[in-house]
This record gives sequence, structure tokens and C-alpha cells, in this order.
Amino acid sequence: MAAPEDREIDAHSGRETTGHEWDGIKELDTPLPRWWLYIFYASIVVAIIYWVLMPAWPMVNGYTHGLLNFSDRRNVAADVRALETARAPQYERLRAASNEEVVADPQLREFAFAAGEAAFGDNCRTCHGAGGAGAPGFPSLADDVWIWGGTLADIEHTITVGVRSPHPEARQSMMPAFGRDQLLTRAQISDVTEHVLSLGPARARENPNATAAARGAAIYGEQCAACHGATGAGDRTLGAPSLVDDIWLYGGSRAEVRRQIELGRGGVMPNWDRRFDPAMIRALAVYVYALGGGEAAPPAAAPAGEGEGEGAPPQAPLR
Amino acid sequence: MGESVQLLPRTRAGPDEPHRIDVEAVNTKEARALYKRRIPIYPKLVHGRWRTIKWIAMAVLLAIYYITPWIRWARGAGQPDQAVLVDFEHRRFYFFFIELWPQEVYYITGLLILAAVGLFLATALFGRVWCGYACPQTVWTDLYIHVERWIEGDRSARIRLDKAPWTLSKATKKISKHAVWIAIAAATGGAWVFYFADAPSLFRGLFTGAASPSAYLFVALLTFTTYTLAGTMREQVCTYLCPWPRIQAAMTDKDALSVTYRVDRGEPRGPHKKGDSWEGRGDCIDCNQCVAACPQGIDIRNGDQLECINCALCIDACDAIMARVGRPTGLIAYDTAANVQRRAHKERALWRFVRPRTILYAVVLTLVGVVMLTQLINRQTLNLDVVRDRSPPFVRLADGSIRNNYQLKIINMDPEPRTLSVSIAGVPGARLSMFGREGESERLTVNARADEVTTVRVHVTAPAGAVEGPDEVTFSLADPQSGSELAQSPAAFVGARP
Repeated sequence: MAAPEDREIDAHSGRETTGHEWDGIKELDTPLPRWWLYIFYASIVVAIIYWVLMPAWPMVNGYTHGLLNFSDRRNVAADVRALETARAPQYERLRAASNEEVVADPQLREFAFAAGEAAFGDNCRTCHGAGGAGAPGFPSLADDVWIWGGTLADIEHTITVGVRSPHPEARQSMMPAFGRDQLLTRAQISDVTEHVLSLGPARARENPNATAAARGAAIYGEQCAACHGATGAGDRTLGAPSLVDDIWLYGGSRAEVRRQIELGRGGVMPNWDRRFDPAMIRALAVYVYALGGGEAAPPAAAPAGEGEGEGAPPQAPLR
Repeated sequence: MGESVQLLPRTRAGPDEPHRIDVEAVNTKEARALYKRRIPIYPKLVHGRWRTIKWIAMAVLLAIYYITPWIRWARGAGQPDQAVLVDFEHRRFYFFFIELWPQEVYYITGLLILAAVGLFLATALFGRVWCGYACPQTVWTDLYIHVERWIEGDRSARIRLDKAPWTLSKATKKISKHAVWIAIAAATGGAWVFYFADAPSLFRGLFTGAASPSAYLFVALLTFTTYTLAGTMREQVCTYLCPWPRIQAAMTDKDALSVTYRVDRGEPRGPHKKGDSWEGRGDCIDCNQCVAACPQGIDIRNGDQLECINCALCIDACDAIMARVGRPTGLIAYDTAANVQRRAHKERALWRFVRPRTILYAVVLTLVGVVMLTQLINRQTLNLDVVRDRSPPFVRLADGSIRNNYQLKIINMDPEPRTLSVSIAGVPGARLSMFGREGESERLTVNARADEVTTVRVHVTAPAGAVEGPDEVTFSLADPQSGSELAQSPAAFVGARP
């Protein structure tokens, strides 16, 4: 603050200036209105009242709780409880209804889809991807290809028991590691790879060697047909994927197919009955079903290749 | 600013005063005056043309404010019958025949632009006409001053009353004044909440205690602000709180009307006795009637001032005096800065209402108005928004066909449910399917709930090889009977490049 004698009086307004000057512009030292000061005092009073009523000061252990005993954390817990109570009847209906009833009832269907979507995002998306997009080793849930079956009941059962999980009824399938465990020679694996690539639409892409494929067909008949079927149509009861479509769990290039025959990899899915009650598993099943690939009924028979000559590569089914 | 702070007389020690040092008691009460008390203003009642216009404006504006929420408007079963209603709970805004949804908030934006440009135009033409006649602060302050005058008397009576010692009569007057003020304030706050809920039921609820806590909170808040701003703060709001006096400096120019003291006619001013000559002097007799009438507590003869709200009451005050002393009225009048200049140079006054600035404002105002009206007339009550699933970008099915998944948001603003047929154009051989429906088809029939957004998930499957890259497609909603198209929305269909 400038000494009083340095204060300059503005000639126009007859008022002191603050003594500051910016490029010739000076500031008048105009007094603030008194009520402005009162608002400042009132704010201090409000702050003190707030300290008394609401949680305010951090202490060594904990904090001052305030007379109102307000707690956001407790409010959230109460809100969550209220939400759960409000949703309970819907979950109860979902638990009691049959699969057909769930799909037929629009309201229940939408509820199950919404609940399943949230649970899927928190628990399943890490492996299966957003929207069930899938990733190498983690099957897409949005397509119409199912390893363990695509009806609502099948999906529900897979979620409940998991795949290669500790659950006693877990979906179990075990493809041998033909290369690593030296069940087949490198040359034999090459031949089987050529045969597998010749089974479905992949042959247009990979141009399998016909001679090698013919050699491989014999080995396939001995080693692979028991699970994957003579035509490669797969078997859902055994969890053996179809080899006649162009959907590949571990990739459909020659190198990727060969690698899978060598290693016989199989993924693991937890048995979700440890985390979810049956109603939530039902909701998850409805969500996965509704992603687009759900089947109203399991296919009556293997889609193609029945009755064709052994070893003859079937044509890709066209719809 | 209105009045200047009295400063302490300054003295300096001279060489002939060896014992005197140059020091001042800086912490005296006068020197400490960092905060200024409000000096009460006692506006005197005037009569005349502008006062009458202000009475009419006040009556009309208050009537609009208080009556609007009570106007009924039949909209059919299940719909509110209040003509003007901001329904936050259901996210709807009703204005007579218009019903707006949250996504149509641009109508509100358009209204605000209209209001702003309208204000600019009015300011460019007539100066601070908003401040003087239409601003709620002005209207309610005027009403409060009128109540004050009605209970305590006019200016001199009020000054006497404030100076008088406290008596029962003074206390009665003061208490009744504040009681009426608070009643008006409560009615103001009460009317405000009626715009946000059904007025008759909320009115009953407010008195029976059934209204929501937020309704009481807003009534209390507006009661407090009305009482404080119109009763006790008044001109302080215009001078210290409101940005408009500052902004309007950019809106007015030398041709905008402003309440002006005609210096060329009034000066030199001085007292005038009846019968004295008017030769060699101005018309202003320095009676201070214009100052006494001013609710802002300023002297209009000091020229344009930030504090002046252009309420024109000083014009009425001065005109009455001019008529009495036998001089022409209009010593204080609506005038322009340019005309003041012209008069000083003995030129004729000119009124230039048509200027580039006013033309521009009028054109913008018309354009925005026409655009909004066109929008409103062509407003669709059925809209379709399509959101494509981003993950997975597409799904390859076992037979090699490609599927994209979409969320269709069908916005049905009608009070009736609709049955609609969904189809897609742009994907050859596309088939549509839906969860909960058997099979695939070229068209799907869906039900859109009344006055709601219905979301449906649709799978679109294209045969293998039909789609290569991302394609532009169009979803359409049509009437299933007539087949006429009602709404459409663009979207993309993503296919896998081999």
C-alpha cells in the first residue's frame, strides 16, 4: 500500500486511485458496498455451521462426523440395497420362468438382456470381448457357431459349469498335442493340416496340396474323426468344433491350424455358479443368446457331409 | 460514480515548522472507509406519460408471470393439461400446442438467440428500454417502492419517518411494509414453482404440506431473493451485480435513444422567480425534482451514467415543472448523443433509427425466427436413430455370411402407440432378424410405445460375398398398411474384405 501522500486523486471522479498503473490506465480505489462485506461474513457463518453439521475435519484417526451423521458411502449402500429390493421380483420371475417363457415375454426378455449385459461387461468381456466379439482362443459369442451348443439351455449350462473348470459337470474336451507329445511325426502333421484345410471354405484361401491331403485323410480317419467326425462336422456333445466352416478358434491359416494340431490347446472358462445365482446366470445366458447366434433348437443332424464318401471333402454349406 | 469520498485535508511540514513531522492518523474512521454503506433513496411519486406506461407494463408483466401457469390446455388422456409446463421429471417441455423433448433443446437455444438479438435491437433503437420497463428487477422494485409509498407516504414523509424516533406508529408502518413485501415475495416464489409442476395440485400441496421438499426450497429461495433484491438492495443490483449496464455500452451508439438532459436548453441553470425574465439563462430552474424522482439516486443532468436505468421518471418530473413555470416540456427527454452534439452546433436534431447496426439485428432476428418457425412447422413426431454395434464390428457366420448388429431407437412423440415396419436399403439380399422372433425376413414389424423411445436390437445379415467394404445403408420406418415411409436414418454396414 502506498503511503498516503503518494495517493493520487483522480481529477474526474475526485476519488483516490490504488496507485497501480498499467499502460496509463489507473484503477480507482472505489469502496465496496457494505452488504458485500456482510455476504462475506455470512459465508463464514455458513461454513462454521457446515463444519458442525457435516463431515469436515480430518483427524488422526478418522474425521469429524458432524451432527447430521451424513455419509455418502452409507447412502450409496442404501441406494444399492433399495435397487436390489426393487429388482428382486424381476429376478424371481426370471428364476421361475422356463427358457421358452423368458424368450416369449418381452418385458422379462428386456430385463434379462439388460441385467446380462451389465454382468457380461464386468465378468466375461475380458476374454470374450465387448459384444462377445471373441479373440483367438476365446470363441466369438455373436456368431452362430457353438462348441458346446447354442440353445438357451446349452448356454446356461456352459456358464454354470464352465469349461475345463473344477466343477464336477464341467464341459470337458481334450485334444491331444500331436506334435508336442510326439503322437504324430512332423510330416504326418503337415499332411493332416493339408487335409483339414481342404475340408471347408479355407481351401479356396490356402490351396491345400491334394497329394498331401490324401495322405492326411487316412491319418485324420484314425486320429481325429472320433471327435471331429468323419466329415469334420464336429460334435457338440464332445465339444469338438466343426472343421467345415471357416470359423477357427485358434486361427484358420495353414500355420495356425498346424500349430493347433501340434499343441492341442484348449481354453478354460470358470464355472460361474460360484459367483452368480441361477437368475443372474439365466440373464447372462439370455444376453449371450441375444447377441445374434442363439439357436431356438439344436440342429437336427450334422449340417453337411452325411452319406458322402469317406475322405471326400464336402462342399461348404451355402444358405 | 455518484458522490465522492471526502478526503482528509493534507498538510505538509514546512521548513518553518521544525517540530512538525509529516504524519497522518491513517486508521481513523474516515480513512478506513473501505466499505460503503448504502445511502437510502426515497424516490418521489411522479405522474405523466412515462409513469403511466410503466404502470401498464408492470401490470401486464406481473399478470403474465402469475397467470401463465394456471392456463389449461387439453392434450388428451395421460398428458398434462397445463399450457406452459417444464416437466423435469418426465423430461418434457410443454408450451401450448408445442411439446419438446430433451434432444430438441435447440428450440430453447433458438429462443435464447431470439431474445438476445431482440434485446440488442431494442437497445440499439431505444437504449436501455429493457432496464427501464421490463427487467424483473425494475418491475418488482417499482412494485415494492409503491407498497412503501402506500404505507409510509411519499418521499418527504418517508424521510421524516426514518429520521423520527421509534414509536408504535413507526413500528406498525415498518412491520406492515415488510409484511406486505414478504407476502409479495412469497407469491413470487410460489408462482415460480407452478411452472415446473401441475399448478392446481401443487398449490394444494404447498398448503397441505404434500409438496416436494424441492418445491418448498425454491419457494423459500425466491421469496428470499425477491425480498432482498427488490426490497433492500434495489439500485445496488443494477450498479454492482448486473453485467448488463456494462454490456449495453457496446450495444448502444450515438444514435440510440437515451434519457437525456438537454444541456443546450437547460444551462446555465439557476432558481427562477415567477415573473423574472428567461433571457440569458437556461430553462433548468434547479428544482431537483428529477433527482427526487430518480429510483437510482442519480442526477440525470450529469449526463449518461452506468447507474441510469432509463426509466424516464425524471422526464415526467421535469415536464410537470416545465408546464408549471410555463416553459416547453422536454428539457429532459429521450434523445440521442448525436442530437446533443447537433444541438450544441445549432443544427437540427435527426432521428436515425435505420442504421447498419439495426438493419443487421433485424435481419438476424428475422432469419433466426424464420428458421425456427420452419423447423417447428416441419417437426416430425416420429424419429429414428440407428446406433451400430461397434464391437464386434461385424460377425462372420458359419456359412460365410456377414452380420452387423444395430440398436434402433424409435422416438415416438405421439400420444398413441404405433406399429411400424422396419426395412434396410443398401445391402443386397439383406435379411433382418430380432431376438425373440423366429426366422429372418426383409421387413420386421415392431411396436413403438406411445410418447417414449423404444429401443430394438436388429441383426442384419448379408449373404457371403455380397458386401465387401463399409457401405452406406439406410434404415426406414414405414406404415405397415400403406407402406408409406415415415422416418429414416443413415447407418453403415461393415463387411469383411477377403
